[in-house]
Amino acid sequence: MPNPLKRPSRPGERSANGAGANGSNGASRGAQGVEAAKEGGGGLVGWVDERSGATGFLTGMMFRKVPKGTNWFYTLGSATLFAFTAQAITGVFLAMYYTPSPTEAYESITHLTNDVWMGEFVRGMHKWGATVMICLIFLHMGRTFFFGAYKYPRELNWVIGVVLLILTLVMGLTGYLLPFDQRSYWATVVANNITATGPVVGPYLADFLRAGPEVGATTIQRFYAIHMLLVPGLIAALIGAHMYLVVKLGTTAPPWLKAERPKNARKKTEVG
Amino acid sequence: MPDDGNSKQGPPEKLPKPDPAGYFEGETMTRRGVFSAGAMALGGAAGAVVLLPTIGFALAPLFEEEGDTWQKVGPVENFSEDTYTAVVITAVPGIGEAGKTTAYVRRSRGDDQSEGEDGFVAISTRCAHLGCPVRYVQAAGNFICPCHGGVYDFDGKVIGGPPVRPLDRFQTRPSDDGQVEVGPRFSVTSQLDPVRTRDPGEFTGGVWDYVYPPRPSVPPAP
Ligand code: HEM
Ligand code: FES
Repeated sequence: MPNPLKRPSRPGERSANGAGANGSNGASRGAQGVEAAKEGGGGLVGWVDERSGATGFLTGMMFRKVPKGTNWFYTLGSATLFAFTAQAITGVFLAMYYTPSPTEAYESITHLTNDVWMGEFVRGMHKWGATVMICLIFLHMGRTFFFGAYKYPRELNWVIGVVLLILTLVMGLTGYLLPFDQRSYWATVVANNITATGPVVGPYLADFLRAGPEVGATTIQRFYAIHMLLVPGLIAALIGAHMYLVVKLGTTAPPWLKAERPKNARKKTEVG
Repeated sequence: MPDDGNSKQGPPEKLPKPDPAGYFEGETMTRRGVFSAGAMALGGAAGAVVLLPTIGFALAPLFEEEGDTWQKVGPVENFSEDTYTAVVITAVPGIGEAGKTTAYVRRSRGDDQSEGEDGFVAISTRCAHLGCPVRYVQAAGNFICPCHGGVYDFDGKVIGGPPVRPLDRFQTRPSDDGQVEVGPRFSVTSQLDPVRTRDPGEFTGGVWDYVYPPRPSVPPAP
């Protein structure tokens, strides 16, 4: 591994380049960075680092401390992130063959599925991946709920999470129309009409989604724009904020773990 | 050390002491304040120039009125009093097959004050629950919805399932060349009184008129 991306030394551990005994000490980590910069080593990584200082951030993020008791449940967030990335990648390639028009959408999907090499597989990944992402996001939400990870100071991350959940469901809704077969058409009609039954704003919201009083020509293009441009952009930006807070605040220990008393702490005195 | 306002850190003696801090006599705004307000106003204007037209562009369909929708569906002799004849009409023009929908048309029986004498009744297939396409079943004389089991009688009144009001209708009129013309949609109350068009799932009358306010994109009551 190039020099700047080395793991900082643990407390009490001898650091490889002898810059400091305590890796968690900000000053010595800084000195390490300066040392690395002076050496000018690391080839491309060193070159970028000298001009961006990125490795300080990256090592801080990759080698951040996690609480004792961290377990597999803590990977559900990253799993959701992976699912989103997979959707984004497969979606870009589907967009190369798909035509968002009421007269051509169905044709373009059949062509994509039956004629394009591996088309069925890429479409399948996107279709099943959508379900997987919904499952994972709920499991991740359940994890943070049952571990009490939504409590102070992480309420803001919970709120961002709720917005991410809603946006993910919007992705599911808008994507469902795109094949424009009987099932997706009528499912969208029903979903739009459910929206319209909301008091006062409902009918306007449904008109906005349908681009008029009936599901029609512009509805599918509107859904397509929301599905591939608007919402993915919002999700990506919010995932950035979500991750920033995870790194900044650190994750919570599982609720069954009691705080450990330092070994050299005074003995407890029983009173009474 | 008591601060007399003339210590070395303060402003030189000749200038008056700003009061409140940062302002000089007669000033209502600092130079910095003017420039920040100006920069924000400029940024805001630049943002508005991009945002307002695009938002308006996306919201425009909410305020569009439906154009003329009258269309001929066949000669008067095609329709009887005792059963419905299915006709295909264009609900959304310009998108081919996807914009077509079925309506059921019959001759009015004149026994109902909501059906004009010598008139025609055109029933919409849009289910009043959530908008699936209902089908007229001749053997039962009922309209049946495939989605959640909504059932309507011969006049389109609800007799089963979740729908909240009778099936919508279309205005009808005879044309000069002996055909039946089908026009704008309207909704009906449970007594079959015509009211302004609603979306599926919306009740009519009473407080519901305010819960679901009229909007430009749907036609008024005939
Ligand atoms: C696109 C969807 C989402 C992605 C990619 C995502 C990703 C992540 C990741 C990678 C973590 C790190 C810790 C872990 O994995 O458990 C995390 C933490 C967290 N997430 Fe999410 N998340 C998403 C949606 C949500 C939702 C729907 C909620 C709840 C409403 C939520 C609430 C939280 C909270 C409170 C934490 C902090 C956990 C802790 O400090 O222990 N997230 N998220
Ligand atoms: S849409 Fe007809 S019963 Fe639900």
